[in-house]
Amino acid sequence: MDFPGLFNYWIVIALMMIGFYIVISQGNLVKKIFGLNIFQVSVFVFYISMGKVEGGTAPILAPGFATYTNPIPSVLILTAIVVGVATMAVGLALVVRIRDAFGSIEDDEIAKLEGDVT
Amino acid sequence: MTPVALMELAVVLPLVGAILIAAAGRNPNLREAVTLLTAVLLLAVVVGIVSAVLEGERPEVALIGFLPGVTIALSAEPLACVFAVVASLLWIVTSVYSIGYMRAHHEENQTRFYAFFAIAIAAAMGVAFSANLVTLFVFYEALTLSTFPLVGHAGTAEARNGARTYAGLLLAASFALMLPAIIATNQAAGTVTFAPGGILAGNISDSGAAIILALFVFGIAKAALMPLHRWLPAAMVAPTPVSALLHAVAVVKAGVFCILKVTLYIFGLDFLGDTGISVWLTYVAAATILIGSLIALTKDNLKARLAYSTVSQLSYIVLGAMLATGAGIIGGAMHIAMHAFGKITLFFCAGAILVASHKTEISDMHGLGRRMPFTFAAFLLASLSIIGLPPTGGSWSKWMLMLATADTGQLLLMGALMLSSLLSIAYLLPVAVVGFMAPAKSGDPGHDGTAAGIREAPLLCVAPLWLTAIGTLALFFFAEPIFAFLEPLVK
Amino acid sequence: MISVHQPILQIVLPLMAAPICVILRNAFAGWLLALLVTGGAFVASLILLVHVVNEGPVSYAIGGWPPPWGIEYRVDGLSAFVLVTVAAIGFLSMIFARRSVEAEVAADRGYLFYTMYLLCFTGLMGIPVTGDAFNLFVFLEISSLSSYVLISLGTDRRALTAAFRYLIMGTLGATFYVLGIGLLYMVTGTLNIADLAARVPEMTHIRTVQMALAFLTVGLGLKLALFPLHLWLPNAYAFAPTVVTVFLAATATKVAVYALIRIAYTMFGGPTMFAVMPIDEVLVGFGLLSMIVGALAAVWQTNVKRLLAFSSISQIGYMVLGLGLADVTGLAGAVVHIFNHAMIKAILFMAVGCIIFRIGSADLRDIRGFAKPMPITAACVVVGGLSLVGAPLTLGFITKWLLLQGALDRNWWWVAVVIVAASLLALVYVWRLIAAAYLHPPSERVAAVREAPAPMLLALVALTVATVVIAIDGSLIGDFAVVTAKQLLGSGE
Repeated sequence: MDFPGLFNYWIVIALMMIGFYIVISQGNLVKKIFGLNIFQVSVFVFYISMGKVEGGTAPILAPGFATYTNPIPSVLILTAIVVGVATMAVGLALVVRIRDAFGSIEDDEIAKLEGDVT
Repeated sequence: MTPVALMELAVVLPLVGAILIAAAGRNPNLREAVTLLTAVLLLAVVVGIVSAVLEGERPEVALIGFLPGVTIALSAEPLACVFAVVASLLWIVTSVYSIGYMRAHHEENQTRFYAFFAIAIAAAMGVAFSANLVTLFVFYEALTLSTFPLVGHAGTAEARNGARTYAGLLLAASFALMLPAIIATNQAAGTVTFAPGGILAGNISDSGAAIILALFVFGIAKAALMPLHRWLPAAMVAPTPVSALLHAVAVVKAGVFCILKVTLYIFGLDFLGDTGISVWLTYVAAATILIGSLIALTKDNLKARLAYSTVSQLSYIVLGAMLATGAGIIGGAMHIAMHAFGKITLFFCAGAILVASHKTEISDMHGLGRRMPFTFAAFLLASLSIIGLPPTGGSWSKWMLMLATADTGQLLLMGALMLSSLLSIAYLLPVAVVGFMAPAKSGDPGHDGTAAGIREAPLLCVAPLWLTAIGTLALFFFAEPIFAFLEPLVK
Repeated sequence: MISVHQPILQIVLPLMAAPICVILRNAFAGWLLALLVTGGAFVASLILLVHVVNEGPVSYAIGGWPPPWGIEYRVDGLSAFVLVTVAAIGFLSMIFARRSVEAEVAADRGYLFYTMYLLCFTGLMGIPVTGDAFNLFVFLEISSLSSYVLISLGTDRRALTAAFRYLIMGTLGATFYVLGIGLLYMVTGTLNIADLAARVPEMTHIRTVQMALAFLTVGLGLKLALFPLHLWLPNAYAFAPTVVTVFLAATATKVAVYALIRIAYTMFGGPTMFAVMPIDEVLVGFGLLSMIVGALAAVWQTNVKRLLAFSSISQIGYMVLGLGLADVTGLAGAVVHIFNHAMIKAILFMAVGCIIFRIGSADLRDIRGFAKPMPITAACVVVGGLSLVGAPLTLGFITKWLLLQGALDRNWWWVAVVIVAASLLALVYVWRLIAAAYLHPPSERVAAVREAPAPMLLALVALTVATVVIAIDGSLIGDFAVVTAKQLLGSGE
């Protein structure tokens, strides 16, 4: 278990924490969405790197190659990317509507406006 | 018809009656005819069941599977019969009285009143003929819920608060205490079906049984054991017929009936006697008897005084059950009937006084007895029964309970019972005495502004209260058959 | 008896209907289509349930690729049961929907509403049938994404922020879920639930597997709004259009509970896993907290929608508790409560929908005395409320009975005490609702309204009658739940 052997997981964890931190700490709704996206991307990286077989090649049958990278995680992540893009689209669309309705995309200002109503 | 079919009918008939009453709402005469007809039919059905039980039959029927391993089932035995007869017989009388009272009093929403009354009776029949704890619980809750609109009938803020206390306390106690007790029983015994001799003996530790018993006795808050008695005075905001039938007979008697059932068929007298887990509860009951009587003394409002008297009298039955002796059980069961006739008469009288004179406070009733001699004479007679003096039925049940305390050597409890009888003389007799003897207060505003304007209540009010008053007398002379009927319970 | 393609029918139908709805560009046509499709799905799922109960689980290989290579749809008793629940509520919500949507959603967006509704329905129907752990994630996201949009359609602008917060929380949850599945895949090399079920229980000692369960539990905990991951729920339910609240409150969280049962019991082998990693005790703990915190919060609400939303959090606690009890009765209690709570919340939110439709407010002070002008709605509120409290002869009583029994089976009497306490709190907030209906004279505004329109009432009354009928012969559903629980615990088919 030497250091570079697992460095992909360290990257995953780092990305994940960065994304999570942005979601929690940022008051700007757009930034929150991007933080969320980074969070999701970390899991994409996790899947793709997990499927990599050392010395393996792309999973296309060809003479002279015996080791292939596992294609399933990559395929799964294709689906997950679609989901991620859709989430981002819905999220950003909501931000646009929120700006129309509240005139702000800052969490604390919106919270104040919401409080006025109730 | 077979006894099984009759039992099913006893529950279904009042429900059908309720639907017909609701349907006949536009025509008061038809509606009240339906009420009376249903009540009479129900009594016939119950008598049919009783005659089968008298011949030694113990009909049983499972209606529907309710929970895995538990069914909604009915069965009949002597105790159930006593409760069912009392409730159905007095329903007829109360119906007649209600017609007089509600019309004279110009109450609103009378259809709702009669319909929910019928539903409450259906629930009471269900309680009576429950074959297991779950069935009992189902009908017990149905009784609470169906009487709730009756208690809040007036719709005023006061009625709302009373109804809230009433339903809140009863529901909360049953959910918080009774239901866990039922489930714990099922857990320990693997069944919840009532069986002679009990089902818990040998299946549970003494401490476990003690906890379950306490959960039952307090959880069945309809028995109004202190400190869970607050709902009963609160329920007095209801119209008088409701107080009379439900809070002197159906609801409260359902409570003590459940406690007797649990004592006999879940724990068993031997088990209770051997472990002694019920002894402390006899003291709670005795305390309730005395405190209830003392509070009754302080109440000037007649219905409130009667309510606390009920609290006190109910604990006689709880006491009888918790003594766990044959005499205690039979005395308790007889007291269900004796107290029912006495107390319903008293409430009828209170209602008649209200209808005729619009008076609710005892201190305003000076000389009223001379204007309403029939009502006050009946009141006197019923008072004797509650106190436990011959020639009224109440003397027998109190005698049995005294015997039971003597059997167990609990002289302290015997003293409490005697003291309570003295107290009941002090809080009941003055009402009649003041009515007949005291001079009328001058300038007392009556029905039409003058005391002279007060006349006897309508016939439909007075006749029923005399019927029940005569009932208390009859019970004195016919106590022997009841005793013989109940005796198999403890053999 | 049933067609080979039956398991996929109720997924494909709404999925295909959704884009058609967009093409139609007409709210009424969209509604009609949604009504037909959900009705069809309901009938199909009923047939499926009968088939599964009589003849055992059904398997379907999508595209003809046999499992474990292709995606398998697998329907057993539990999934067919959840399927029927979702489809029934989905269908009745559509009967209810038309007038309510007209009143609460802008007319030019009506057809989009039905599109999103159909998509959400697809997602929620997909979760129970799929036999593939990753496919489950896809359905989870289909339903979540469309529900974000549905919630944002509410009239109050706070619906937007509620939807946004739900989106953030929901996506975090879904991502946790994917991560958990990824970890499992690393160890087992399969995504098929049946395959996982065969392999995972032997690997419980591996740290990766334990981590996977932790991530999956947290991920689904967010979706099913378990305390303290419940923050998104109250506003989302309170400000969404009523039909959406009815549908989501009744089904979305329940489907998440189903997913958690699948994962904890089928995939991880339940007790085998709990012996190594006491997730069951964690679930019991948070279940109890949810029950109490949710109910306490509900007691103080003045807006009926929010009151019911907090009550949902409390009720979710019951299900999670049953799940955590990890014995036959407890688990059966959770299964019954999935159905029970779906029915109750649909009834109550529909009733609120009727009230809002007529009175225009869901504030307890504004709707006082509504029983007078709206007696049928009020009667349904009473039935729903009683079932919520667990009064006898309601399904709520069966749940409570089973859960208490389960708690005592494990000798956790303090759990029983908390269950009782939570029921008493439920009594308090249900009381406030019923008191508002019956115990106050109606204000002029309330007295002037009429009973809700016939289609809305029809759906409401149908549900209410159904719960009563099912509850009276409770052994039907109770026995089914016990059998299901035994299967899940692997003790006899």
